[in-house]
Amino acid sequence: MAKILIPTPLRPYTDKQDAVDASGATVAELLADLTKKHSGLKNHLYNEQGKLRSFVNIYVNDEDIRYLQKEQTPVGAADTVSIIPSVAGGAPTEVASGVTRTLPELTNDEIKRYSRHLIMPEVGVEGQRKLKAAKVLCIGAGGLGSPVAMYLAAAGVGTLGLVDFDVVDFSNLQRQILHGTPDVGRPKLESAKTKLQALNPEVEIRTYEVALSSQNALQLFEPYDVIVDGTDNFPTRYLVNDACVLSGNKPNAYGSIFRFEGQASVFATKDGPCYRCLYPEPPPPGLVPSCAEGGVLGVLPGMIGIIQATETVKLIMGIGEPLIGRFLIYDALRMRFRELKLRKDPDCPVCGTHPTVKQLIDYEQFCGIRPAAPEPVAVNSATEITAVELKRRLDRGDTVKIVDVREPNEYQINRIPGSQLIPLGDIPKRYEELDPNEEIVVQCKSGVRSGKAADFLRSVGFKRVLNLKGGILDWVDKVDPSQPKY
Amino acid sequence: MTMTGGVEAAIRRHGAETYPHECCGALVGQSGRVTDVVALPNTTEEGPRRRFLVRPSDYREAERRASELGGELLGFYHSHPDHPARPSQYDLDHAWPTFAYIIVSVVNGQASDMTVWFLKDDRSTFEEGRLHGENPHPDTAQALHR
Repeated sequence: MAKILIPTPLRPYTDKQDAVDASGATVAELLADLTKKHSGLKNHLYNEQGKLRSFVNIYVNDEDIRYLQKEQTPVGAADTVSIIPSVAGGAPTEVASGVTRTLPELTNDEIKRYSRHLIMPEVGVEGQRKLKAAKVLCIGAGGLGSPVAMYLAAAGVGTLGLVDFDVVDFSNLQRQILHGTPDVGRPKLESAKTKLQALNPEVEIRTYEVALSSQNALQLFEPYDVIVDGTDNFPTRYLVNDACVLSGNKPNAYGSIFRFEGQASVFATKDGPCYRCLYPEPPPPGLVPSCAEGGVLGVLPGMIGIIQATETVKLIMGIGEPLIGRFLIYDALRMRFRELKLRKDPDCPVCGTHPTVKQLIDYEQFCGIRPAAPEPVAVNSATEITAVELKRRLDRGDTVKIVDVREPNEYQINRIPGSQLIPLGDIPKRYEELDPNEEIVVQCKSGVRSGKAADFLRSVGFKRVLNLKGGILDWVDKVDPSQPKY
Repeated sequence: MTMTGGVEAAIRRHGAETYPHECCGALVGQSGRVTDVVALPNTTEEGPRRRFLVRPSDYREAERRASELGGELLGFYHSHPDHPARPSQYDLDHAWPTFAYIIVSVVNGQASDMTVWFLKDDRSTFEEGRLHGENPHPDTAQALHR
């Protein structure tokens, strides 16, 4: 009989005891008794041939039995036997593989086209064949989608899917380089397909002229290896993220842009974090302006889109260090990159250990965006005025003070003659410049900011404040089409 | 498996310091939460570029440090210089049950991917666990929410 000390990793097999009594006169007999009492230990102490595994060390008191009489070492009642692990390991030989399905051969034309890839050993014929086999789906054919799709098509990604339902607008052309001036008014997917097919006819372009939704996302994603998020709004961004996770962890090459700042990461891989690990909840509606509201530097999506395309190509070929678990922030004005470390959140509602989101939800509702209320037919004459009515009253000679609450750079683009510029942010400190008894019409680009200004002015005692419905845009449309719109 | 505070950085640093040789050390903590690491010497005689060994005396030392630190020995970490952070057959052949095995890949002297593995009870294979750390504080993240 002797006491055997059990090391931490084996305690689950001894009912959590760190010491077990066993009977026998030698180490061999003691261990036989021990494994009889606790049969789960056997597999871990002995190999298939019934010999003690090489990394299992048995000590009698403070001596290794290898230096005593090995397993025949005698043990008395006063002796303590310890099982002490050696911990060992080493590096393997296999490497990351990227796309693993059967790879198509390259034609002679393709070999010529991709020769600058083929001569780099990191890419080579194998990497190019992976690109040819790969299927990438780009959500959005706008600012980010343009450089992503163009570079992926040029690089030889075999199948490129595009989801978009928009029509090319003049205001897109400053950054959405898939589309040109003659394309204005055409569906974006049409001009994208023409441009991409001219760039590389070897690529199969599949277009989906639909709004991505909880109803169609999983089906759309199904055939694709990588999803590229080129969306410009939170509901679709959460939808893309969740659909990537729920499709069995399809990588989401994420990018976003705003004014002079861009962000990029790779989300929703098997071991990496997803968008929700960083942002479990969307920001309150209206807090973060869109590009249409806040503006965006035209070259910015070029930079971010190319990061997304680079990550996509690396993921497909299985080379380099992907942007997984890292969040890249780019500041165009200061020309600086910052990197944040991101971890997979065990409590993440979609990719955590106990997910609560197991199917796609209503993302508009999740982001607090209600469907737009139907346009009211009647104008509330106590608080609002239309552009046509304002024009009629000005022509009639009424004394109406027009206050433009936009920013100076907007005022430079177009304005209502005779209006006074007081940006919304300055109203609280400058409202005393206005006469509270005079009739005032406040006006901005479309009527949202001026609505806030009107509320404020009424709250400080202004009697007659009217908001110009539809803002300067309606004014240009209905009263003065000679002025530009933006 | 969660790594608190400087645990991840300490493992990465150790891996970079010993590059091109493998590093090894013990993971200390409680209920799946690694709170401390104990760096240990790699005593292998088979070439430290591809192997590591924690000898019994160091194992005992690790257990002792674990109880000093008020935790348990949760497992071990080691590095794979210029190889992916995936366990080898050799790792499998030498693995102990219930222990967490964290592997950090060190490429050209720079620590990169980090994974964690647990031996299946029948010793047939490793099962990959999930490694978690702490994300940027939600308040800071909110400012970044674009």
